Amino acid sequence: MSATRFSGTDRYVVTDDLMTAVNAAVTLGRPLLVKGEPGTGKTQLAEEVALALNRPFLQWHIKSTTKAQQGLYEYDAVSRLRDSQLGDARVYDIGNYIVQGKLWQAFTSEVQPVLLIDEIDKADIEFPNDLLLELDRMEFHVYETQQTVKARHRPVIIITSNNEKELPDAFLRRCFFHYIRFPDKETMERIVRVHYPDLKKRLLSEALEAFFEIREAPGLKKRPSTSELLDWIKLLVAEDIPPEALRSDSRKAIPPLYGALLKNEQDVHLFERLLFMSRRKKDQ
Amino acid sequence: MMTDFFSKLRKAGVPVTLTEFLTLLEALHQRVAAHSVEEFYYLARAALVKDERHYDRFDQVFGSHFKGQETRFNELIGATVPLEWLHKLAELTLSDEDKALIEALGGWEKLMETFAQRIAEQEGRHQGGNQWIGTAGTSPYGAYGYNPEGIRIGQDVSRHRRAVKVWDRREFRNLDDTVELGTRNIKVALRRLRRFAREGAAQELDLDDTIRSTARNAGWLDLKMVPERHNAVKVLLFLDVGGSMDDHVQACEELFSAARGEFKHLEYFYFHNMVYEGVWKDNRRRYTEKMDTLTVLRTFTPDYKLILVGDATMSPYEITYPGGSVEHFNPEAGDVWLNRLLTVWPHAIWLNPQHQNRWSYVPSIQMVRELMGERMFPLTLEGLEQGIRALQRGLPRAPQRPVTTT
Repeated sequence: MSATRFSGTDRYVVTDDLMTAVNAAVTLGRPLLVKGEPGTGKTQLAEEVALALNRPFLQWHIKSTTKAQQGLYEYDAVSRLRDSQLGDARVYDIGNYIVQGKLWQAFTSEVQPVLLIDEIDKADIEFPNDLLLELDRMEFHVYETQQTVKARHRPVIIITSNNEKELPDAFLRRCFFHYIRFPDKETMERIVRVHYPDLKKRLLSEALEAFFEIREAPGLKKRPSTSELLDWIKLLVAEDIPPEALRSDSRKAIPPLYGALLKNEQDVHLFERLLFMSRRKKDQ
Repeated sequence: MMTDFFSKLRKAGVPVTLTEFLTLLEALHQRVAAHSVEEFYYLARAALVKDERHYDRFDQVFGSHFKGQETRFNELIGATVPLEWLHKLAELTLSDEDKALIEALGGWEKLMETFAQRIAEQEGRHQGGNQWIGTAGTSPYGAYGYNPEGIRIGQDVSRHRRAVKVWDRREFRNLDDTVELGTRNIKVALRRLRRFAREGAAQELDLDDTIRSTARNAGWLDLKMVPERHNAVKVLLFLDVGGSMDDHVQACEELFSAARGEFKHLEYFYFHNMVYEGVWKDNRRRYTEKMDTLTVLRTFTPDYKLILVGDATMSPYEITYPGGSVEHFNPEAGDVWLNRLLTVWPHAIWLNPQHQNRWSYVPSIQMVRELMGERMFPLTLEGLEQGIRALQRGLPRAPQRPVTTT
């Protein structure tokens, strides 16, 4: 029997509120909708839940062209038509042309799986509505073969959204919801520690200091997120940058290897200007 | 107690439904949250609130309902610290020695005052960070070791990393959508703009045409494909700068510089108060690099959607009279130019950062609104959404006045 409560893994730090939300979703077998700034580990969450609970992990990445039906099954009419014209014997069984979707796979899985529906807001506005019944009752009907697919176990469904579209109320009603806030300094320290356990304490604190300084600079177009911080620290370690180089009072310009944090040239200019201004103020 | 909470939430404008409420009860029944009140709070939030914009309202209702204190809904930012409440609670829990200590530090009143001040400062300085109250021994508020129910100060801080109850910190205040656009709200608003930019799902196989042509082919399959549809929205943006717009210009700028990432075809120009014969692209070189508005009118095709952003707060002369501009002598009146713009680009809206309540008191706003055919919307999330909808509908309007060409 696998574990039933999720309390984070050794490479993923969860806050108490997220933990409660995940456990509520797991216990009640309802989807959990996760929103939050990009780079706060929304997609990662599902993977870690699967790992921690020791369940199979299925992912369904949504694109703007994805239809709800594709998650259930697809009837490949075109290849059947082709086969019929080529005289293939397969053509007599329609089942040969039914392609199982991710939800079908999740429903028929031996053990209760974790299903990630990633970036649901990318899809058409009707997409969530088309899945209402399936997520509610955890069953659907295959019209072509007249069979009903029922979930053997209610899968743990984790849905992520980047807020590009509003999701319909009827859909929201059926989910638990969690908004991942940007981690504060202490949580961030724990997160970095989990990823780089051997990192020197000084480097870590200087890097965090510099990171939050950049993040809090007013007017940035794209504020760096957790994943960018982790990339940056990786670079710092790889390049063997001494912690002193990150000190804001001793350094002359923006932090080394800033390319990992600031992703467009307007932001770089802006930050340089802010630094220049604060230095001038100090000199006076 | 729970049903009461439910109705209070609904009254406060959190759209909770019975289904969600039953979900919460079911989760409680299954003992999802059985350890602490925090856990219960998190569970209730996950089950009942489905939009981070409602987190703040939820926090307030939760705070008031489960603490029995005055509701703080609609209170001003600075005034949110419940002084009396702290006072009362602390008096109940403090021993006489503690009280003596407090006296030694300048008295209770003073202490609470500073405390309130710090909370306010803390929220103002940086959201999310909470080192302010409770860093080991540096602040008097962490050192006493008193621990009234509502505020956690002292040893507990390291465990929860907070001095004020989560729901009382109201960290999600700036996600509420009835407040005007803030930095974070801008991003949400932009996604609304994107909605109309991305409409129409891409389609590759043209089924109708395939069927038709297969039938014509005597049943021999003939696949027909159509190209993927692309985002073809073109946006032309005119931003008011300077003068009374100074209060709003940052919001406008942030909003639309980010919009540049959303639209393939986005052109923007600046103007002051009203569009006249010249507009400019770089505000720092506005006097040297002015562009002829007529050139702009000729350059961009009528399928561009026009968005004007400005507070439209000016003297009526600037709209109706030649030479009325505050900055230069304009040979033609502002309304002539606005009508020209509207004739070339009939899909147009005006976004006004000025609060809607004030519109009726400013004659120039009324005039511009009339010129725009009532298509003026406040620069809030709601207004933006209405505006985008108006753009999508795109009722081409007849010009109000015959257009004279120069």
